Amino acid sequence: MHLTATALVLTALPHGEHGAVVRFLTPADGMHAGYVRGGRSRKIRPVLQPGNAVAVELRSRIDTQLAAATVELVTSRAGLAFDRLTAAITEYLATLTAAVLDEGTPAPRLHAALDALLDAMAAGTSPEQAAAGVARYELLLLAERGFGLDLDSCAATGAREDLIYVSPKSAQAVSAGAGAPYAAKLLPLPALLRDPRAAADWPDIAAALRTTGWFLERDLLTGAAASLRPARARLVALIDATGITTVAPQDAPG
Amino acid sequence: MSSEIDALTQALARLPGLGPRSARRAVLHLLKRRETALVPLVAALQAVAAGLATCEICGNVDTRNPCGICTDPRRDVSTLCVVEEVADLWALDRSRLFPGRYHVLGGRLSALDGVGPDKLSIDALLGRVAEGGIDEVVLAMNATLEGQTTMHYVADRLAGQGVQVMQLAHGMPVGGEMDYLDEGTLAQALRARRPVT
Repeated sequence: MHLTATALVLTALPHGEHGAVVRFLTPADGMHAGYVRGGRSRKIRPVLQPGNAVAVELRSRIDTQLAAATVELVTSRAGLAFDRLTAAITEYLATLTAAVLDEGTPAPRLHAALDALLDAMAAGTSPEQAAAGVARYELLLLAERGFGLDLDSCAATGAREDLIYVSPKSAQAVSAGAGAPYAAKLLPLPALLRDPRAAADWPDIAAALRTTGWFLERDLLTGAAASLRPARARLVALIDATGITTVAPQDAPG
Repeated sequence: MSSEIDALTQALARLPGLGPRSARRAVLHLLKRRETALVPLVAALQAVAAGLATCEICGNVDTRNPCGICTDPRRDVSTLCVVEEVADLWALDRSRLFPGRYHVLGGRLSALDGVGPDKLSIDALLGRVAEGGIDEVVLAMNATLEGQTTMHYVADRLAGQGVQVMQLAHGMPVGGEMDYLDEGTLAQALRARRPVT
């Protein structure tokens, strides 16, 4: 294998005394792991922080062998580490992607979505947009892994309007009318999950994370990846707390 | 080579920074300088092995429990510095710039490694703060994503405890040249700019 790309660093695990095994998300070739010699050195370690974009060259004699990787920093996202919310989001999304994505499976939409979200957070996007980005990214990750939600039409009536629920069984949208009798058993479907341009407020974000969280835990955060559940719960708690402190008392409902 | 010497070589070869070849060189050095190198080394190792303990107060590793830092009466008891690992404590204390006491968390929050708050000594830290007498807590975590995530989490847990929670500054390192700094470090340095004194 010989692969060169501008990739996102997802995780860097120490290997031996000086090296690191790093997982990269490339734009066209999906996730790949590589051994970075000197990856724990003072010079290279900052480059291998999750979220950074690096020019990576991966070489191995055969495809099943762990590739040797050389990296050069392209875009540093180090600034994200110094904000409470962006640090937690970056660490969670990078780890989640590395944990559930298959190696070598192209995932250009995921790369583009993660890169765009990291760019937006680095540019100082609002906490609401950053938090909504988490729910949208999780939705996309579910779709990329084959567990996508069908949010275009009602599972019961086929209607395309007034979709406000998701069936936890079929992962399909349910309209307000058809879902009303089963509202307690259905998951919420806020507009931000259907429309990437939809405005996101904190109650909608909490609802979206509840829905994506349900499917994530059922379909992806199982086995070894189940260890990510507490990290996700901490992030959701942080997002909830951010929402509470961001909403000024005079703006609060009721 | 006798089996004892071979065992010594193999034990040394397992240490960080040493391999089989450098371990053999170290063993030869010890054997050649038995009185000046080997015997003092054995004595020092035995003394450490006999008294090795983890400080029940701060989590430092010492030959006493509580450790020498926690029992030092010259230390400022009103200031507490929280670090990730014992190595960080030793690094900070080598500088002799921090007059207070320490608290070792025993790691950092890591989604990747499945390290949650329950695996760190955060409750012990809150207990120390709740006992009173501490005015300021300095969170000296690494400037990595996991380090900073841990720092924010601990800061949230300390909120409302009646102590001032501080973090280390980030920015230009001493001896650093602008051309070699990454954008994140430069951004932090700019954000933390201050009037020239």
